[in-house]
Order: sequence, then structure tokens, then C-alpha cells
Amino acid sequence: MSGYVKTQLARILLLGGSLLLAMTASAAPNGEALYDQHCASCHGYDGHGGMGIPLALPAFLQSVPNEYLIKTIRYGREGRVMPPFKYLSDAQIDAIVKHVRGFSSAEGAPLTLGSVQGEPKNGARLYTKYCATCHGANGEGGKGTGVTFSRPRDLPVIAPALNNRGFLAAASDKMIKQTLMKGREGTPMQSFLKQGLSESDINDIVSHVRSFEGQTRKSASPEKQDISPVLVRESSYDLKTTIENVKAAAAAANYRLIRVQELDKGMVKEGKESQKEMVIYFCNFELLNNVLALDPRVGIFLPCRVTVVEREGKVQVMSINPQHMSALYNNAELDKACDEMTAIYENILEEATL
Amino acid sequence: MKRLLLIGLMVCSWLATPVYAEGLLMFRSKQTFPEAMLALQGAIAEHGYTVSRVQRVDIGLTTSGYTTDKYRIVFFGKSGELNAIKYAEPELIPYLPLKIAIFAEGQETMLVTANPVQYASFVRNKNIADILRRWENDLRSIFNDMK
Repeated sequence: MSGYVKTQLARILLLGGSLLLAMTASAAPNGEALYDQHCASCHGYDGHGGMGIPLALPAFLQSVPNEYLIKTIRYGREGRVMPPFKYLSDAQIDAIVKHVRGFSSAEGAPLTLGSVQGEPKNGARLYTKYCATCHGANGEGGKGTGVTFSRPRDLPVIAPALNNRGFLAAASDKMIKQTLMKGREGTPMQSFLKQGLSESDINDIVSHVRSFEGQTRKSASPEKQDISPVLVRESSYDLKTTIENVKAAAAAANYRLIRVQELDKGMVKEGKESQKEMVIYFCNFELLNNVLALDPRVGIFLPCRVTVVEREGKVQVMSINPQHMSALYNNAELDKACDEMTAIYENILEEATL
Repeated sequence: MKRLLLIGLMVCSWLATPVYAEGLLMFRSKQTFPEAMLALQGAIAEHGYTVSRVQRVDIGLTTSGYTTDKYRIVFFGKSGELNAIKYAEPELIPYLPLKIAIFAEGQETMLVTANPVQYASFVRNKNIADILRRWENDLRSIFNDMK
């Protein structure tokens, strides 16, 4: 390469790099575009909710400071579907919050970060009396995931898990106090001043809620990344026998056989399908509907299936590992169901290959 | 000079590549379910994939309290890529072919798929990892086309 060409190439690279850096640094994030990309799937384009809670609820936007929204986006809610958006920049999150604020003409609560001093013992007593019915005895939140699939919501929001690390990081004492004092119109959260509690009582409850920080919420499956993505067993039978074994094992586990088909069926000409990879589809409709109720997005690993593969005379039986897949959903309720599904899959594979 | 070229290329590649991988790729279509279903199958074909099956997941949904039974799973792929993967990385077979869950949510439609790039962590073959990355781009592009 001649010296001239080298110099020109270096200039072009430097100029291109500098331009790209400058564009990245100076372009103001587009809050609406970011919201549409990252939030609208669950919360709806207009913020009226869907799988996620309705952000456009005026009483909600009135009672939470920007800091709460920012930290909620940043940390999410561990095990409660809302994921942490760790990869968004501060500027991008600010832009999203600004867009969310536009859903309502209501002014956001002024930033209130101060702590509240109260008597946690009395707070615990009052919490049990007034809060535990909705928020759980230990602040674990309302039952279920709050996720819907074209079902009318019984309530506009599910009672938040007050012991959730994401919630405790996002909500300041003063925000919790204000919510207790004023309630939240349009949700079951009532004003506890109107219920007869004094400001001092409310301070005590806030202190008790803050004490949840000392409890570590046990994650249902803490080491998901270490869980094998597939379940595999060697079969000592031939392909045909193994397929029959899988069908029998699935039936014994209360699954109904849907069909057996080649892996490449529909992608190659009819009659040209490989017979070396056969998929057995089966379903337990009750389990299916229970899992869909926990999270409608689980369709990507439905219906249940096991694949039997033959390579050089050796037969293997394999399936996805639901425990591994459940990590995608940040849904503690689904984690439990997927743990059970993994156990069922393992039994089917064992039965079919023993 | 070489160092300069390397730095330049590193800056450009850092700016060009995403720095994260979402586990789930989701898209909310403003179309009704039948319209979105048609648009999805069209977009899949436009990207050179073959829809191999559309699986209904609707038995008992309405009796379980759902107001709709509009839930389907669309399976699709390319036979050449399927063949390449099933021999090079047999552990990926249970995740094949590609699939998108599509279901109605009111007058809108939700589409969800697993991001194939997450499987790259247990793939040893570079060519297969490249296919997974291409799949991610194609899935994003398919959702984008549906806008």
C-alpha cells in the first residue's frame, strides 16, 4: 500500500469515526421511539396497559416522582415480569420518562427522596391489619403476575410487591408515605388518613415497609444461566421404538399426543423429509391454560415436544429445558411452573430411554 | 499505521453493533389479529423463509376465562440452514425451527419470539453463530416490516 493511500485511508477512518461519535453524542434520544420499542409491547402505545400496568392512569402519574419511574426502568422488578433495562443510557431513560409523563396532563409529584422516621414495631402491627390483605403478609404483593391475555383486568393494577428490591430501590419513604396518605384514585389503594390512621401511624407503616430491605427475596431460580438449555438422553432403542416409548411416556404423564412429524416438514418437498429427526408433539390442555394465564408469551415453547434424533445408529431423545427458558420472562410464578415442567420432561425422557 | 487502522476499525465496529441482547423480542401490532397474521406470514416470506406450520393454541381458552381464542404459533425456517445446524450443533434441534407466538390483545396483536442470539453462547461453530445473528436481524426486520 503506497504512503498516499495509507494517509487517505487513515483520514477517512478518523473522519468517519469522529462523525459517528459526534452523531451518537449529540443526537437527543427520541422518547416516543424508545417507548414504542421497549415499553409499548406490554404497556400499550398509549400507556393504557395490556400485559403491563396502565401507566397513563392520572392518579399514578400524579403520585410518583420521575426518580421512581427512572429507577423502575433501570432496575425493573425482579421476578415480577418488568425487566431491568440495564443497557439504556440515562439520557434514553429520561426521554422515556418524559414521554410517559405526556400520557397525562397531571403534574408529577415533586422529587421526594427523604426518609421517614417511624416505629417499625407499631408499623408491623398496622401493616398486618391494613395492608397485608392486598400486599401480602411479608410484602410479597398480590397473587398472580398481573399479566393478562385479552382478559378484562379484575383490577387496574396488581398490588405491588413491597418487598421487591426493585420497588424498594425506586420508591422513597416520602413517596410511600404520600401514597398511604392520599391513596391512588382508580385503584383499590385507599387513603389511610381517611381510614382513620394518623400521620404518625403512617410513618410507622413506612418504617415497616422499609424494613423489608433487610429480607432478601429468595429468587426462585438464582442460577438460570448455569442451567443447561436442553435436556438430552441416550436411548438404547432404535428410532422407531424410541418414538413409541416417548408417546407412551407422555401419555402416562397425562399428555395427549398431538402429532409426530419430521423436523423439516413443510420446509422441504413432501416425501423428501429427513426421517432421522422426528418431533413428537403433545399437550396437557389444563397445564397449557394454567401456564398461559401466568404469562401469555410462553407460546414460543408450546406445544410441548420431544425430538428423537438418530446419528450413525445412535438414538438421542432431547427437548428444550423449560427451567432455562423461564429466565427470559422474569416471572417468579412462571419459574415455579417451569420447574415442574422440567421435572415432567425429564421423567418422559427417562421413561422413554430406560 | 496498522495501529491507527485497527483503532479506526474498532471504533466503527463498536458503533455499529448492539451492545446487548434481549432475551425476548416482542412487538405490538396495531392491526387486528387476522390482519397481523396475514402481514406476519407475508413478512416471513419476504425474508426468504418458509412457513412450515401454523399451530392453533386455542383449545379450552374461552372456557378458561379468556375473551379470545386468537392464539397461534407460526413455525418457519430455511431448509438449508436447518440442515446445517442440525448436524453442526445438534443441541439446537429442540429450538428449531424458528417460531413466533402471535395472539390478540383487544383490537391489537402481540408477537413474541425468543432471540436466537441467546443460543450463541452454547454454540461452538462460528458459521452457526453467524446464522443465529442473522436470524436476530431478520426477526427484528420482520417485526419492523409489520409497522
